[in-house]
Amino acid sequence: MSKKHYFDPEDLKKFGNIGEWQKPMADKFFAWYGEVFKEGALTEREKALIALAVAHTVQCPYCIDAYTTDCLGKGADEEQMMEAVHVAAAIRAGSSLVFSTQMMNHTKDMTM
Amino acid sequence: MSIHQKTKSLASRHSELSDTFFQLKVLNGKEVTDARFPAFSETIRQAGFPDGRLRPTRIEIFQMNVGKLCNQTCAHCHVDAGPDRKKENMSRAHFEKCLDILTRYDIPKVDITGGAPELNPHFRWFVEECRKLGKHVMDRCNLTVIVSNKKYHDLPEWFAENKVEVISSLPHYSALRTDSQRGDGVFDDSIKAMQMLNAAGYGKEGTGLVFNLVYNPTGTFLPGNQASLEAEFKRQLKRKHNVEFNNLYAITNMPISRFLDYLLEGGHYESYMQTLLDSFNPGAVGGVMCRSTISVSWDGYLYDCDFNQMLDLKVAGKNHLEDFDLNALESRDIVLNQHCYGCTAGAGSSCGGQVA
Repeated sequence: MSKKHYFDPEDLKKFGNIGEWQKPMADKFFAWYGEVFKEGALTEREKALIALAVAHTVQCPYCIDAYTTDCLGKGADEEQMMEAVHVAAAIRAGSSLVFSTQMMNHTKDMTM
Repeated sequence: MSIHQKTKSLASRHSELSDTFFQLKVLNGKEVTDARFPAFSETIRQAGFPDGRLRPTRIEIFQMNVGKLCNQTCAHCHVDAGPDRKKENMSRAHFEKCLDILTRYDIPKVDITGGAPELNPHFRWFVEECRKLGKHVMDRCNLTVIVSNKKYHDLPEWFAENKVEVISSLPHYSALRTDSQRGDGVFDDSIKAMQMLNAAGYGKEGTGLVFNLVYNPTGTFLPGNQASLEAEFKRQLKRKHNVEFNNLYAITNMPISRFLDYLLEGGHYESYMQTLLDSFNPGAVGGVMCRSTISVSWDGYLYDCDFNQMLDLKVAGKNHLEDFDLNALESRDIVLNQHCYGCTAGAGSSCGGQVA
């Protein structure tokens, strides 16, 4: 590997190049991707905020940069963007904590 | 509340960028940066505009920049306006010359901008004279001037009496976003002024008094969909502040003057220009405002638009109020340069918002 780091912001610009090695699938993916983010039952801004939250959950630095820019362009402010990230974080935290019911069940089974 | 100014004018800082020729050198990769981008005229030639030229359609808007004096010093201001710019303000003689031209020619709309145009002592007289001529008058009001001094508190009622269309900048419905660009305290004063305009009937259904807002990005990104932004501004301003308006115009920041300074200082110039280029929309070229506008400076010179005015790129041919010739102006070639990419990016940009 030529680079000493895994993530380079410049690589985001090469995203479109994934079609070089599998064009039909890439074409379908990008067409679908474009359709997903169009204004529909949800506004473009709401979709950008969801994308920002998911980007934090999957911890994708490219997505975080891209959807921070997108949220700002679509009129979201800092407060809304941070609330979106808290929603993602709350689900992550909650999804761990809810498993504690299993721990509690198992503990109760094993103890007097 | 008094405004805590965001910055100082380039002129008062004696910045090299206060020299318009220096700005043009930067835009063409000959100063500060060696980044060069394809010539705008070549880009539109490839998009189908013969010889890379742009010609007017019909001049419908007589836009006057009546001075650089302003009670605010916004970080992105393309005019480099501010409280220190006291010398560059239109004289009564030049106003009278404008009135003479508006009497002679069928130009239906008068678009008054600055600075804060209301600070010019001849402003009210001139607007009243234009209304007597039956012209549609638009005032680009920064809002805070209304609450800045007791003598401007009556502006909303006076605008209403004269049926002036009020167009005001509000870059965001959040105080943080707005104040980060326009100065601390601007948002609160803007809301007070908007409430006064609403009380005078502006932005209210059935009054015929039009109150439009201008959104521009508070950073290095492009504006999103104008209709979507308008819906969100309406929802948030009504919900939080019980304020109403008619339309929202989304305008792209031009890489000139104080916004150019901001781009260069932060190391964003090249990426911003590349974003404008990558977003070039051939469909936006035909609708740019320079095709239907003539822009007049405080000292009576003529320009293709307010941005060309701030770069001192005068119209081709006779270029002063004294030699005003509508026929010649309507057949001129519009002066183009690299900043023009700002008006053709994405959905396009003009003083009336997105164009494509």
